[in-house]
Amino acid sequence: MTSHWIIAATLTAGLSVPALAQDKVKLVDVVELSGAGATSGTNWKSGIDLAVAEINAKGGILGKQIEIVHYDTQSNPGNTRAAVQRAIDEGTYAVLGPVFSGPIGASMQIAQRAEIAQIVGGEAAGLTKQGNQYLFRTSLSQTAAMPKIANYLKNTVKAGSVAVVWVNNDFGKGGRDAIIPELEKAGIKVAVDVATEQGQADFAADAIKIKNANADAVFVYLNEEESARFLRAAKQQGITKPLIGETTLLGSKVIELAGEAANGVKGHVGLSIEAPIPAFQEFGKKFIAKFNYTPDHNGLKGYMAVYMVKWATEKQKKFDKKGVADTLRGATIKPSEEPGILMETTIEQNGDLDRESFLAEVINGKQVITATLPKLKP
Amino acid sequence: MAEFIAYLIAGIATGAIYALAAIGFTLVWQTSQTINFAQGEFVMLPAVLVLLAIKLFGAPIWLGALIGIAAFLLVFGVGFKLTVVDPMIKHGVLPLAIATMALSIIMKEGAKDGFSAEAQNFPSFVPSQTISVFGASISLQHLAIIAVAFAVIWALQWFVGGTRLGRQMQATAQNPTVARILGIPVERMVLLTFVINAALAVVASVLISPIYLAKFSNGEVIGLFAFIAAIVGGFNQVRGALVGGLIVGIVDSMAAAYISTQYRLAVPLVLLVVVILLKPEGLMGRKEERRV
Repeated sequence: MTSHWIIAATLTAGLSVPALAQDKVKLVDVVELSGAGATSGTNWKSGIDLAVAEINAKGGILGKQIEIVHYDTQSNPGNTRAAVQRAIDEGTYAVLGPVFSGPIGASMQIAQRAEIAQIVGGEAAGLTKQGNQYLFRTSLSQTAAMPKIANYLKNTVKAGSVAVVWVNNDFGKGGRDAIIPELEKAGIKVAVDVATEQGQADFAADAIKIKNANADAVFVYLNEEESARFLRAAKQQGITKPLIGETTLLGSKVIELAGEAANGVKGHVGLSIEAPIPAFQEFGKKFIAKFNYTPDHNGLKGYMAVYMVKWATEKQKKFDKKGVADTLRGATIKPSEEPGILMETTIEQNGDLDRESFLAEVINGKQVITATLPKLKP
Repeated sequence: MAEFIAYLIAGIATGAIYALAAIGFTLVWQTSQTINFAQGEFVMLPAVLVLLAIKLFGAPIWLGALIGIAAFLLVFGVGFKLTVVDPMIKHGVLPLAIATMALSIIMKEGAKDGFSAEAQNFPSFVPSQTISVFGASISLQHLAIIAVAFAVIWALQWFVGGTRLGRQMQATAQNPTVARILGIPVERMVLLTFVINAALAVVASVLISPIYLAKFSNGEVIGLFAFIAAIVGGFNQVRGALVGGLIVGIVDSMAAAYISTQYRLAVPLVLLVVVILLKPEGLMGRKEERRV
């Protein structure tokens, strides 16, 4: 009799495995977990893991648990293409990532052809100018951020000339090409225009060149690790002019790596756990408790990416891959509808975002928000 | 002029690090007639081990440094010679070279998986300040790198040329068979060479990591530039490696300043091609004859 029960229980368990598999929705995250983008990618991944854990704990999306898979692109565009294709072949519901603009540009057509939403962390202006209806950002585009920085340089810093240092990849070149016309419009002269390499270790020569340009301020647009190395080199060379940047320059990892050299750095920040928004601060506490480090903007972006998928799925009341993109396009997601989005976010038709952003300064090794800037189209 | 001096000092500082790593190439070449393709990772790893020791044992920086450096010298000085070089050299130089390539990957991926894929802060023993030299602002950190690296290289030269042990090492490098006949403990001399190579890598690692930050991939750039430096200077001469390192460092700095930062990586490679075309044995290298 006992053996019958055992057989019955085994059969039941065996039959229930496919049923359990059907109760899951698969999301594949294609991200930079090593290579030049490791800092950004690690934050992005942790943000995703936090969101997935929360959503699953509350019953999942429309009753289905999220199964999350992370593929390391090693910050390599070729690997990214292969990983996105693999994600689609494996039946991902949406593609999350990557974070670096170059690999996004190299892989976005694959998700587009498959008519699957790809929710990315990249900021390069050119990404959303290509008519891809399936690409969605989690951060402001450079086109939205740079006018705010130019205004800040003109009105607050009162700079007549600016030295520009940027990383020579899609992200950096996009930022450089977006800021220079804005500086010119604001009547600010570009004293020197310095390109650096992705993954560059030694910034001494660049810092010397910038110091000798004697501009009123320095605009720094580099990836996180390079930002930290540059700030150290700038301090070593005795650069005392204001160092102004965008979100990457004021991130927690940059502040940690640059140490004292980060103090006094100012800039525009798209997302920050220091922002005067309780939902951001609450996210920061949960993140630190789970991962034991302070998240930068990429942690927030990864977290929001999962909630964008959840919101779009619940809005359409069914699991429809193509429908996710159709629902997101042109939508405004409010925290009152989906608390996981953290702040009101408008997704434009081309995948760009419009939302509030912040001005910040690093004081005593901590990012301090000094002002909140409104949406471009309130 | 002040600007030129600043670029020059920055170039010499970077070049001194390349020189330390390049000397490692020449030492291994002299004793085993092979190229250690893990030389860049030899410079990367000590900093990671120091940080790992601090993290694992909660040790203060000085103790972490002692543990990390001792572990490195033991594993990658003595251990490298006993477990990689000795078993492989019997099968020829090529298998050994390939083994060092494998070692390079293991060291890099091991540092990534065992410690972190992200860059980490490495403490500096020198304050981040500048002093004025002929109107140029010179970083104290760069001056410290130059001073320490040159002191170490001078001490190595003195040891090799001015001590009995050093001369035995030199004799072993030049002709192990004759050295053995003369009663020199060849095996011990070779082992000493590998320990010295590891020690040089430790010095380079501790000097450069506060600037480059400690990261598993740092060895790629350092290894490549040190390799170029060793070829430019002369692969079979310690002095050649020193000169080659300084030339590559200065050329890199000047290229970034006066040509374009976008092409700075290409400039040392062009230098390498030019030297190979004009003086294949390197600027200070000596021609070697081989009997077949």
